[in-house]
Amino acid sequence: MVGAGIVGASCAYFLTRAGVRVTVVDRGGVASGTTGAGEGNILVSDKEPGPELDLALRSNALWRDLDEQCGGFEWEPKGGLVVAETPEVLDALTAFAGGQRAGGVAAARVAPGDLRDFEPHLADGLAGGVHYPQDAQVQPMLAAARLLRASGARLVRTAVERFLVTGDRVTGVRTGEGDLRADAVVNAAGTWAGGFAQAPLPIRPRKGFILVTQPFADPPVRHKVYTAAYVTNVASDAEGLETSGVIESTRAGTVLIGASRQRVGHDTSIDYRVLAKLARQAIGLFPVLADRQVIRAYAGLRPYSPDHLPVIGPDHRLENLFHACGHEGAGIGLAPATAEMITAQITGAGPSVEPSPFAPGRFP
Amino acid sequence: MIYDLAVVGAGPAGLTAARVAARRGLSVALLDAYAKTGGQFLRGAAQPRLTGVDVRLGRRVWAVEKSQERFEIHASETTTATTLLVATGAHDRVIPFPGWDLPGVLTAGGAQALVKGERVKPGEEVVVAGTGPFLLPVAVTLLDAGVRVKEVLEANRPSPRMAAALARVPSKAAEALGYARRLAEARVPYRTGHAVVAAHGEDSVEGVTVAKLTRDWKPYAWRTVDCDTLAVGYGFTPQADLLVQLGCRTEGDHVTVDDHQRTSVDGVLAAGEVTGVAGAAAAVVEGALAVHALIGAPPPRLLAERARLRRFARALELSYPVRDGWQHWLTPGTLVCRCEEVTVSALEEARDLGADDPRTVKLLARPGMGWCQGRMCGHAVARLTGHDPAPQKRPFAQPITLADLTLHDREDST
Repeated sequence: MVGAGIVGASCAYFLTRAGVRVTVVDRGGVASGTTGAGEGNILVSDKEPGPELDLALRSNALWRDLDEQCGGFEWEPKGGLVVAETPEVLDALTAFAGGQRAGGVAAARVAPGDLRDFEPHLADGLAGGVHYPQDAQVQPMLAAARLLRASGARLVRTAVERFLVTGDRVTGVRTGEGDLRADAVVNAAGTWAGGFAQAPLPIRPRKGFILVTQPFADPPVRHKVYTAAYVTNVASDAEGLETSGVIESTRAGTVLIGASRQRVGHDTSIDYRVLAKLARQAIGLFPVLADRQVIRAYAGLRPYSPDHLPVIGPDHRLENLFHACGHEGAGIGLAPATAEMITAQITGAGPSVEPSPFAPGRFP
Repeated sequence: MIYDLAVVGAGPAGLTAARVAARRGLSVALLDAYAKTGGQFLRGAAQPRLTGVDVRLGRRVWAVEKSQERFEIHASETTTATTLLVATGAHDRVIPFPGWDLPGVLTAGGAQALVKGERVKPGEEVVVAGTGPFLLPVAVTLLDAGVRVKEVLEANRPSPRMAAALARVPSKAAEALGYARRLAEARVPYRTGHAVVAAHGEDSVEGVTVAKLTRDWKPYAWRTVDCDTLAVGYGFTPQADLLVQLGCRTEGDHVTVDDHQRTSVDGVLAAGEVTGVAGAAAAVVEGALAVHALIGAPPPRLLAERARLRRFARALELSYPVRDGWQHWLTPGTLVCRCEEVTVSALEEARDLGADDPRTVKLLARPGMGWCQGRMCGHAVARLTGHDPAPQKRPFAQPITLADLTLHDREDST
């Protein structure tokens, strides 16, 4: 298993439970990449009907199981609230939610007068929203660490330099601490997953910032709250900066403010102008935040593929190599169903979700 | 207006630099978070005249950005300059022990600031503990304020290196002798190889456990001392946040500079404690030297003086280290991070989950994620995970309100 983020840890958990012996290799240790830079979102609300929504719904159910079987990662089935600023946006949001409902998502329209029943501190003048009770949150670093620990898999902290290949078969990996032989290799290397020369994939980083406020005794945000613009940004192909207010609290009492999207390679430097935009959008939704302090900010990189679908399944060039990567900003949410799919493919079990849309060979 | 030089920090280094630069005809802005100049060291002292310096007090600088060949220094407003001098000093280094979160436990620097800055007595009966020569002036300041100082406890043992260093810098030797005499007159015992290993009390400090320490700080021979206040200081940590934001090279806990006080980033100078804790005299010399980075070759006299004071500082650093034996003072329930209330056992749980470096421990157990952003617990968390403390990257050197942050959403300045 190359990578000890949420995807690698989940795969290790599902594989070991299926009787497979797993060694996880990561140069930074558990949750040191994208997993350590996210909010821990488990969302169905931002997915349009289609294969990713199917994966998200399956994953949502699996997360509930994992909380019972493993736990210890601050599982919060808090639900999501998507709000629309104008009647036009609300119409689009309502239509979008209708499609999702047909796909199995629980989604209920919220009239403007009822918004404050969900979020007492929301701004005036919003046109309405949609409530998504299935949306949830975990503390992602703890989730990866707990699943990895519960798997019993060995974690080796070193860099994977390349795959070991004999003919057209992968037989292991070359690491900074020697060769590791394996019957199968899973590439769950996040933003670096595309860079293995023997089996390249078109996966690149999409940068995002998170602002963290002072801790609150009683945080003013109860659900994951975001504007309808977020959905269009998630699916967007734009190169430039996009921001949309995404706000939620954590069990530690802080409020997390996202979300920005920028394609700037592996650069994680801080851009205060982007942080300022996020602050403006947060105050726009929750005016009560205006005089509260920001104490921290961090940048993370989402590993994305050209069609914004994750890359899951056997490599189309080399045998015994499997990919589990390209989850963009949805890796925490999609990790268990990804792990279930990979485990089925390695052990020969039947799939819960149709795997073909995620096949690595789909790119030209 | 674009200044030739912006100085952040109006302590001994920053004040000197601003004054020298203005005298040489440079346009200078001097910024400090406090309402008065002087910094920690000169706190409460008379305000110097700073002819020709644009003095901006009460400005909490939360970030510095380099754009083109200029620096934008963000506080409540943005100051722009072609050269930046960061002289933001240092803060008290603390290590955890059972009861250190009780009211009545202060940092040594905090106790001194109360007396010198606010003219407030921190308590009636105080124990001063920790390591380093700074404990002496703190004890004397407390005595002068009419506080009963029961004991001064120095965790390290006297070192021949320190004696030799004092012999080479007579002014420091005279200063130390003055403090020692004052303590002796007041019959305050100064004990080396001793430390406070726990503080006790219901709602605030009522007493402390004092232990003798082996050379590597393992405690033995415990006794209790009644007191209502504990002033504790284990040296200082450079406050280099702005320099780390800019990507300046660091070594150990401080930023590295050349003979002109230049950091590794073009146009960024640093002077005083941010370049390694060496005291106010060294800071003054370095503040003057920094200006020579703009106006030409530094005078050999200043370079020699800096070298002498830095050698002395090095002797202090080697004579008064924080030794890992303090970890024997901890119990499973001892708080390591006070902001997030993270205990020793919570850190051990994170380590058990595979966290073997300070960053991963922070991600799993939250030490350093609260208000102080690890300024208090950084040393302890690093050492408890077997790492050397290193400056952390903090995008906000000071907290800032969301409303103030929105002022930086400007398209024109990119």
